Amino acid sequence: MQPKQAVGPMKKEPVKVREQDALKRAASFDEVVLGYNEEEALREAVRCTQCKNPACIAGCPVGIDIKKFIKEMTEKDYKGAYFTIREKNDFPSICGRVCPAEYQCRKTCVFTKKGAPYASEQAINIHFLERFVGDYGMKNDLQIPSTKNPRLSKYKVAVVGSGPAGVCCAGELARQGIKVVVFEALHKPGGVLRYGIPPFRLPRDIMDFELDYLKKLGVEIVTNYIVGKAKGLDELFKEGFSAVFLGLGAGVPSFLGIKGENLCNVYSANEFLTRVNLMSAYKFPEYHTPVNIGKAVVVIGGGNTAMDAARAALRIQKMNAMASNTTIMYRRTEVEMPARRLEIEHAKEEGVKFRLLVQPGEFIGDENGFVKKLRCLECKLGEPDSSGRRRPVAISGSDFEVDCDMAVIAVGLAANQVLTRVTPQLKTDKYSDVIVDQNTMETSVDSVYAGGDIVGGEGTVIEAMGMAKKAAAAIIERLLRQ
Amino acid sequence: MKILKKEILADIAGTKVVKLEVSSPDIAKKAQPGQFIALMVSDKGERIPLTIVDADKVSGTITLILQEAGLTTRLLGKMSPGDSLYALVGPLGHATEIKKYGKVVLVGGGVGIAEIYPVAKALKAAGNHVTTILGARTKDLLILEKELKAVSDELLIATDDGSCGRKGFTTDILDETLNKGVCALVYSVGPIPMMRRSAAVTSNYKVKTIVSLNAVMVDATGMCGCCRVTVGGKTLFSCVDGPEFDAHQIDWDEFVKRNRIYEDKEKHVCNLNKL
Repeated sequence: MQPKQAVGPMKKEPVKVREQDALKRAASFDEVVLGYNEEEALREAVRCTQCKNPACIAGCPVGIDIKKFIKEMTEKDYKGAYFTIREKNDFPSICGRVCPAEYQCRKTCVFTKKGAPYASEQAINIHFLERFVGDYGMKNDLQIPSTKNPRLSKYKVAVVGSGPAGVCCAGELARQGIKVVVFEALHKPGGVLRYGIPPFRLPRDIMDFELDYLKKLGVEIVTNYIVGKAKGLDELFKEGFSAVFLGLGAGVPSFLGIKGENLCNVYSANEFLTRVNLMSAYKFPEYHTPVNIGKAVVVIGGGNTAMDAARAALRIQKMNAMASNTTIMYRRTEVEMPARRLEIEHAKEEGVKFRLLVQPGEFIGDENGFVKKLRCLECKLGEPDSSGRRRPVAISGSDFEVDCDMAVIAVGLAANQVLTRVTPQLKTDKYSDVIVDQNTMETSVDSVYAGGDIVGGEGTVIEAMGMAKKAAAAIIERLLRQ
Repeated sequence: MKILKKEILADIAGTKVVKLEVSSPDIAKKAQPGQFIALMVSDKGERIPLTIVDADKVSGTITLILQEAGLTTRLLGKMSPGDSLYALVGPLGHATEIKKYGKVVLVGGGVGIAEIYPVAKALKAAGNHVTTILGARTKDLLILEKELKAVSDELLIATDDGSCGRKGFTTDILDETLNKGVCALVYSVGPIPMMRRSAAVTSNYKVKTIVSLNAVMVDATGMCGCCRVTVGGKTLFSCVDGPEFDAHQIDWDEFVKRNRIYEDKEKHVCNLNKL
């Protein structure tokens, strides 16, 4: 806790959000953060000083009028607050749960100390307020009235990918009366929200509610369908689609490139989390997809994916009556970890161990090809690199071994290339991300737009939605011009 | 995703091979030899890859052939015409490079015979001289003999017990065939030991050899890396970079081990389900 000190006119302490007990929750996949009730939400909302020039709004990738929605909350006008958020954000219940607010709106909140790497604890808990309002809207079935434009009803737009960017774009277009068909490769929609984010962070009923809303708008979601395989972009246009939005995502796992990485039980975070989240492997054998779980699990990385993987692994250990032994291994220190601060705290509370300033060197296996040990090197921090974070430097001669009968590699993701590989006219950059016009999100192919992680690499849900909105606006403008 | 036809191709001594015709017009339209699909039998099922053995653009159906081995294939074997798969996606993976090579030898073992059939058909149509070598434990487990005969210039058979063709291994016949004359390409699909032996045999003759790997997959679209395989010192994904690879470049030891990651769990779940 930070010392009680008067920062500006604020006197009250932030309202702590209610959470499930750490020991209990670590043995289940139920949601960890329980959220604010009305009284708590109001207490937190009145902490907002309603700055004359609110910096929080600029910190939000989609520019939610944070000041206004918090004001409406203090007036108990939750409906008004909901619509204020919905003007910019289609999925407040999702973003209120997964937004890294401490790096965005809360970081620019007046209560965050200048130059801090992330939001101070005193910063208004904007994300918890958003979640409260989003859940209120969901419970009361508040829906944005669609403003169907008769001039647009004759058009059909295809959306490829049903992750945050795809569903956001689909919603924007459908509300204007455009017929939207979303194509999803997997058997369930949601993209990374479904396969990447565990239910203990984002309960499936929340996601399903938001997806159902799309269906109510008339959006057709076609699962088990790979554009680029079952159908090409040109065929979509031939079938009468007027535009295509690509929300392909960054779903290709990066590996470390070290020895022994292909040993059994060395997982990419994507594989481990897909098995657990999408395929419900934690309920094996009721669900048929297996996942192995080690006695000594090491998760490599310091982002949200690493936290998710470690916390999921720890849960499966506990659910199988094993001693919890899951360690996050990261080359830098906790300050440089890109994960949400809340996830780091939660992981620690649940019993995930942290081994910092350590770099993996080699996985060592047994005679059956299963990983048994991990050889590592100690690191120290050197000069800042291109990301602005201090570069980890391995200390030679500091080799040591740790027990590791399962490892999860969570060191980043790259662009999905199934479609771009077969569509050479779609220009990509050196990372295989799709190149777009920053103003319209249009790609090098006429009438094909893109947004989300396939543009500019791994980002947040809200950033993906921001791009999707921009693309949707450009698509609408173009169709109105036709 | 509806199963339209089902045929039991073989059913002896605990080994059952089933052929399914499934409705899937868009996949049927695009499927090429060498490609595969991923499917789920139920909402609680796992995703498994299966080769597209045949595709009929007109009727909009694809043909799958499977040998009951793990839980999912056994559940598939219990499905009937009229039933629907829970999920079916494809066509996945790269197609076989079909062109005129000259003389080609195809080796199919067990249910792998199903995989070489579309390739043999396409290679024959491209003007190649096709020699097909089929192998099975016993005569009654030999599948697609008639179909392959129709698309091969020469058909040779080996069975473990000698009940059909030669008693012995396909790779013995492969060795003799290569010894007899020049061959431009060997295409081998079957149990891992057979593919591996094929590679060993053909490396003596320096013949380009392609195998189609049956790696463990989850999404089968390049997102999980479960199916990774080392080829020529590089880690590749079977699902999007394969499933076919140069047999001489594969790290077979690693592949054998990676294919057994879930062996214990598979046995456990089959026992539980009394399958």
